[in-house]
Amino acid sequence: MLIKTTPTRAALIALLALGTAAAWPRVAGAETVLRIGMTAADIPRTLGQPDQGFEGNRFTGLTMYDGLTGWDLSSADKASVVIPGLATEWKVDDADKTKWIFKLRPGVTFHDGSPFNADAVVWNVEKVLKQDAPQFDASQVGVTASRMPTLASAKKIDDMTVELTTKEPDSFLPINLTNLFMASPAKWQAFYDKAEGADAKAKSQAAWTAFAKDASGTGPWKMASFTPRERLELVKNASYWDKARVPKVDKMVLLPMPEPNARTAALLSGQVDWVEAPAPDALPELKQRGFKLYANEQPHVWPWQFSRVEGSPWNDIRVRKAANLCVDREGLRDGLLAGLMVPATGTFEPGHPWRGKPTFEIKYDKAAAQKLMQEAGFGPNKRLAVKIQTSASGSGQMQPLPMNEYLQQALAECYFDVQLDVIEWNTLFTNWRRGAKDPTANGSNATNVTYAAMDPFFALVRFLQSSMAPPVSNNWGFINNPKFDELVKKARQTFDPAARDAALAELHAASVDDAAFLYVAHDVGPRAMSPKVTGVVQPKSWFIDFSPVSIAQ
Amino acid sequence: MLAYIARRIVYVVPIIISVALVCFLLVHITPGDPLVAVLPADASQELAAQLRAAYGFDRPLPVQFGLWLLRALHGDLGNSIATGRPVLAEVMRAVGNTVTLAIAAAIIGFTMGILLGLIAGYFRETWIDKLATSFAIAGVSVPHYWLGMLLVIIFSVELNWLPAVGAGPGGSGAWAWDWAHLKYLVLPAITTSVIPMGIVTRTVRALTGDILSQDFVEALRAKGLHERGVFRHVIKNAAPTALAVMGLQLGYMLGGSILIETVFSWPGSGFLLNSAIFQRDLPLLQGTILVLALFFVFLNLLVDIAQAAIDPRIKRG
Repeated sequence: MLIKTTPTRAALIALLALGTAAAWPRVAGAETVLRIGMTAADIPRTLGQPDQGFEGNRFTGLTMYDGLTGWDLSSADKASVVIPGLATEWKVDDADKTKWIFKLRPGVTFHDGSPFNADAVVWNVEKVLKQDAPQFDASQVGVTASRMPTLASAKKIDDMTVELTTKEPDSFLPINLTNLFMASPAKWQAFYDKAEGADAKAKSQAAWTAFAKDASGTGPWKMASFTPRERLELVKNASYWDKARVPKVDKMVLLPMPEPNARTAALLSGQVDWVEAPAPDALPELKQRGFKLYANEQPHVWPWQFSRVEGSPWNDIRVRKAANLCVDREGLRDGLLAGLMVPATGTFEPGHPWRGKPTFEIKYDKAAAQKLMQEAGFGPNKRLAVKIQTSASGSGQMQPLPMNEYLQQALAECYFDVQLDVIEWNTLFTNWRRGAKDPTANGSNATNVTYAAMDPFFALVRFLQSSMAPPVSNNWGFINNPKFDELVKKARQTFDPAARDAALAELHAASVDDAAFLYVAHDVGPRAMSPKVTGVVQPKSWFIDFSPVSIAQ
Repeated sequence: MLAYIARRIVYVVPIIISVALVCFLLVHITPGDPLVAVLPADASQELAAQLRAAYGFDRPLPVQFGLWLLRALHGDLGNSIATGRPVLAEVMRAVGNTVTLAIAAAIIGFTMGILLGLIAGYFRETWIDKLATSFAIAGVSVPHYWLGMLLVIIFSVELNWLPAVGAGPGGSGAWAWDWAHLKYLVLPAITTSVIPMGIVTRTVRALTGDILSQDFVEALRAKGLHERGVFRHVIKNAAPTALAVMGLQLGYMLGGSILIETVFSWPGSGFLLNSAIFQRDLPLLQGTILVLALFFVFLNLLVDIAQAAIDPRIKRG
C-alpha cells in the first residue's frame, strides 16, 4: 500500500526528521561518566604528590600527572615493569655513576598550556629536595623523598635534557622516579603571584593550597572540579601526549567511601559504576546480580618479619623454614579469604623479573616442617613459644586477626605456641621503625606489617641490608647477612637494566633460600563493577590504567 | 534574668579552657607518630627530624599547647597535616553538613518522640502505651549503624527509591533544598532520629504520666477546666525537662555520628573525625574535637537560658 503524502504530512515528517537530526549529535555525543567509589576516606591530595599510599598515586597521581618514568599497566598477565614516561631515555654517566642524563619527551604541555621542559623537572625535584626553593613544600616531602632515597639534585643541561644526581651510585633511580609527579610550575607561579601571606613561606603554602583546588599536570585526566572529602571530577585530556592512552570516557568522578558495605550498596543501587574492595561477604551476591569482579596478584606481601637479634628462636634457619612449610596457604585462600589472595612463595612470584631461582620451595609440607622442627630440638613435648606483634586492622593488612589466628592454629601442628600481641595499627607501624630491640616490641620476636613490593628498595633492600636496621629503616629484625649486603651493593651498582634485574633476582632468591620472612599472602586488589563498564585490564600492580575503560550509557 | 545570663557566660570560660586542654592532651598522649599521615615508616631519620621541626612537633608539649591556644583564640586552628588545608574551614564545612542532618533528624525524632510520649502518657497501661513504648525501646536499642545498613538495603538496593550514600548529586558544595538533594538526607536523617525519638518518647511519657497524677491536675479538672486546657498545663509543666533532654540530644546529634556518617558517606563532622583518627591528623582531630565541644557547651548554655526563661524558679536558684 502506498502512503499518500499530503503537504501537512510532509511538513510533519520534515519537522520530525529535523528534530531527529538535531537530537542525533546530542545522543551520539552524550557525555560518558565513570563513577568510582574509593576506599579512601578523603580524596587523596591533588597537588602532585598524593598521600594515602599507592591508592593516592592510583587516583590522583597517575591520572592527572606523569613522572619521568612510569609503569606498564597494559597487561593482566605479565609483571608490570618500568617504561618511559616524560623521559624518553636515560643513561648513567660512565665516569661518575652518581650522575644520570634524562632526555625529555618533546611537545608535551601541562593542562594549563605551559610547556614541559628541563626547567619544569628541576622545579619539581626542588619542590621536595631544596629547602630554600620558593616552591619547597614540607607536606610533600615525606611521601616523595622516602620513595627516592638517594636523589640529591637536578640540573638543566638544555631545554630537553636534565641531569639528576644521586648521593651514591644507585641503579634503582629510574624505578624510584615513578613516584615523582610533574606539576606545572607556571600554574603554581600564577597562584604564588596572587597569594597573600606574611612571608614567602606563607605565600608558597597558599599557592599550593590553591594549586590543589585547580591542579595542572601533564596526565591523561584534567581536574574539572574538587569538593574536599566528597568528590573529585576529572575530564579527559583529549590532547594527551600518548594518543593510545587518551581516555575513552569523558569524565571520571571519584568518591571517597571508606565503609565497604556503603561502597557495595552504592554499586548495587547504581550510584557508582565501580568500587574498590567490595565487602567480601557481598561477592557472591554481586556475581549473581551480574556485576563484574576483578582481582589480580599485587606487588604486596603479607608476612611475618622475624627478629634476628640474639636469643631469637628465628635465628635457626630450620625453624624459619619449618614455619614456611607448615602453613596451608591454599587453605587460607579458599577458606577464610574466599579466594581473595595469592599464596606467597616469596616477595615475587614466578614470572616476575626479580623472582630468581630459589632452591627452597615454599609450599605446604607439614611432615617436612615437623621434621625440621625436631632437628632443631622441638617436638610435641618441647614446643617453641613465639610472640607476634600485629594489629586488628590497617592499610594493606587484609584481615590480620583471623589470618594470624589461622597461622596460630596451623603452626601449632608443627610444635609452635604462637602468642599474638595485638596493638593499634599506627602504633604497630611506628614500632616497625623502632625495631625488635626496642621496648615497644613488647617481647615479640616477629612483626606482622604488610609491605608494598613495587620497587627494589621497598621490596628487598630496606629489610635485608644490615645498614637499614632501626632507626635508619625497616630492617626491624636486625638481619645482618653479609651475602645480602653484597648482593644489594651489586644490584645497586649494576646499571644495565637486564643485569640489574638479574642481580635483584639473585638477591630475592637468596632471601627465599634463607627463609628471611614467613611469606604468607599477596593481596589481589579486588574490584567490582557494573556490567556497563568494559575495557578494564587489571594488571599485577597497585595501579590501573583508566584510559582504556569505556562505559555504555 | 540578665544577671543570670552573665553568670552562666562567665562559667563557660573555664569550661572552654579545660576543654581545649583536655582535647590537646588526649590527642597527644595517644601512641604513634603524629606525622604518620605524611611520613612513611621507611622515611630516613634525617627526613623525619626535618619534618618534625617543620610541623613544630619537636617543641615541648606546653609550648605546642600555648601556641595552638593562642592561634585558636585568633580563629586559626592550623592546617591539616594530611591535606594541608586550613582546619577551621574543613571543620566548619563538615559541621554545616552535620547541622543539616541533625536538624532533619531532630524534626523527625522530636516530633515523633513528643507525639508518642504524650499519647503513651495519656493512655498509660493501655495497648497504645505499650505500642508507643515498644517503639521507644526499639529506638534506643537498635544499633543505628545496623538500622542504616538495613534501610539502605531496602530503600536503595532493593527498591531503588533513595540514594545509598553521599550528600547530593554534586556533593554538599552544590546543596539545594529540592527533592533531588533532599532524598539524600532521608535515610541518614531517619537513622539518626531513632535514638532521640526513643529517649524523648520515654521522657515525655514519664513526665506526662507524672504530671497527670498530680493534685493540681485533679484540681483543674474539678474546677471544670476542659481537657484541652488541662493538656496545655501538662505541656507547660513538662516543657522544661523535655527541652533539656531535647537540647542534650540535639547536642549529641550536632556532634555528628561517626558510624552513621560513615555508613552513608555523609560529609559531616563524624565522617571528618573518622578520617582524622585513621590518618592520625592531629591538628584536624584537635580542631574538630574543640569545635564540637564548644558547640555542646554553647548549646547547653542556650538550653539553660531557655529553661530559665520558661521556669522562673531556675534563675532564682
